[in-house]
Amino acid sequence: MQLTDRAKLVDRKAMTWLEKLYLWNIAKGMWITLTHLFKRKATIQYPEQKRTFSKVFRGLQILNRDEEGRERCTACGLCAVACPAEAITMEAAERQPGEEHLYKEEKYAAKYEINMLRCIFCGYCEEACPKDAIYLSQTFAPSNYGREGFIYKKEDLLIPHPQEDPEGYKKALGEKSTKVQ
Amino acid sequence: MHLLVIDWFYIIEKLLLIGLVVTLSMVVAMYATYAERKVAAFLQDRIGPNRAGIFGLLQPLADGGKLFFKEEIIPMMSSKFLFILGPCLAMITALLTSAVIPWSSSLHLFGRDIPMQIADINIGILFIFGVVSLGVYGIMIGGWASNNKFSLLAAIRGASQMVSYELPMGLALIAVLMLVGDLKMSSIISNQLANGWHIIYQPLGFLIFFICALAECNRTPFDLAEAENELNFGYHQEYSSMKLGFYLFAEYINMFMSGVVMATLYFGGYDIPFVNEAGWGLNQNLLAVIGFVVLMGKAFFFIFVFMWIRWTIPRFRFDQLMKLGWRTLIPLALFNMVVTAAVVLWLNR
Repeated sequence: MQLTDRAKLVDRKAMTWLEKLYLWNIAKGMWITLTHLFKRKATIQYPEQKRTFSKVFRGLQILNRDEEGRERCTACGLCAVACPAEAITMEAAERQPGEEHLYKEEKYAAKYEINMLRCIFCGYCEEACPKDAIYLSQTFAPSNYGREGFIYKKEDLLIPHPQEDPEGYKKALGEKSTKVQ
Repeated sequence: MHLLVIDWFYIIEKLLLIGLVVTLSMVVAMYATYAERKVAAFLQDRIGPNRAGIFGLLQPLADGGKLFFKEEIIPMMSSKFLFILGPCLAMITALLTSAVIPWSSSLHLFGRDIPMQIADINIGILFIFGVVSLGVYGIMIGGWASNNKFSLLAAIRGASQMVSYELPMGLALIAVLMLVGDLKMSSIISNQLANGWHIIYQPLGFLIFFICALAECNRTPFDLAEAENELNFGYHQEYSSMKLGFYLFAEYINMFMSGVVMATLYFGGYDIPFVNEAGWGLNQNLLAVIGFVVLMGKAFFFIFVFMWIRWTIPRFRFDQLMKLGWRTLIPLALFNMVVTAAVVLWLNR
């Protein structure tokens, strides 16, 4: 049975004396590499140039705020339950009077940590979240010198304030801004 | 009173020339490492080092600095004297070759003719061969002293490879020597200036010589002595810091020297191709400089071809290597030698 039309019969004839010198085949190979000398380079100069990702790219998590800049997360723990890599830990706290401008609901995450060495960027946390509080952005985890640096605290994850830093907010949202309502 | 009879100018001139040639070899070897990385990158559709300086031109300095500051490790069970001697020998033999190479036609300064050759000894080409075959000791001693079975295997491989490929190389060379009738490097050049380049008379001989030069320099496809994926770097596996640097550097100097030797033996040395430069009526010094640039151009072309081959052809298996050397190259070289001898005899009848 033939699956494709690309099949090639393997030639197992004994090599002739000329072929045993390898010269002709070497010349052919050298011609191929020479043409590559003048081809367009595939390199992306990373820190200056960046590859554009698809719209569904799953990068670093961000903790979302609403339009007034209040944190959406209520520390329900569904993301931590959904996480197959067990990368998320959190501690809940009660919102005190006078903190209404900081947190959207009565309960909020006092501590929220994602271990980026454990995270597999599957996006289940995003799917599990009932409050639209966590999203996977277009950026990926930058390198670090120690293991501690890869445990992202709430300050590292929180999106910039939409009113105080509208540009940073937009940038962090990236291509996904259409999804956030 | 004999001291006063010494031609001090002669000594100064030779010392200067030695300094210049050694510096030149070093600088060329330095930038050959950069060129290697760039050529490799371009042949693989990449860009290559471009961060240190413009176009990455300071990369060799950065690499050298890195090697200098690396920790110096001498394995406990190694024989220390030989362990240190190995890279020194590799470096010395690589640099010694340059002594008899005519770098250009002679300069005329301060009323003296200064030949651009350190020593025009009457066994010039034999000297090069002697020194090149000494080069195998750098590999053997390094591999032996490391007290590591991979290094030892690599050293054995390297030694047998170099011994095998010196034979066809010498046989190819004999054909050239029959055309010249002299072992002096300067007469090899002057014969080509008079009768045309040897590549015209000896295309097969050049091919054999080139293949053997690849093997002598331990370049791919004949780099069995350092086969990364079989012997993890082979004979210099235990070396670190500048001792490793010496081995790597010696390889590039060897490459440069074999490029120059090939240009001298087969491509007219410092002869400018297709023109009769004597008829230009130019200053002798200017002609010498142009000749030197032309020789460098030829050598650099060979270095490029060496790199081009390295990034095209995979390594030979050891039995293929031996078969190619003993059963293909030596008969071919013998055939070439006999034909050349017959023709020379017939023409001189």
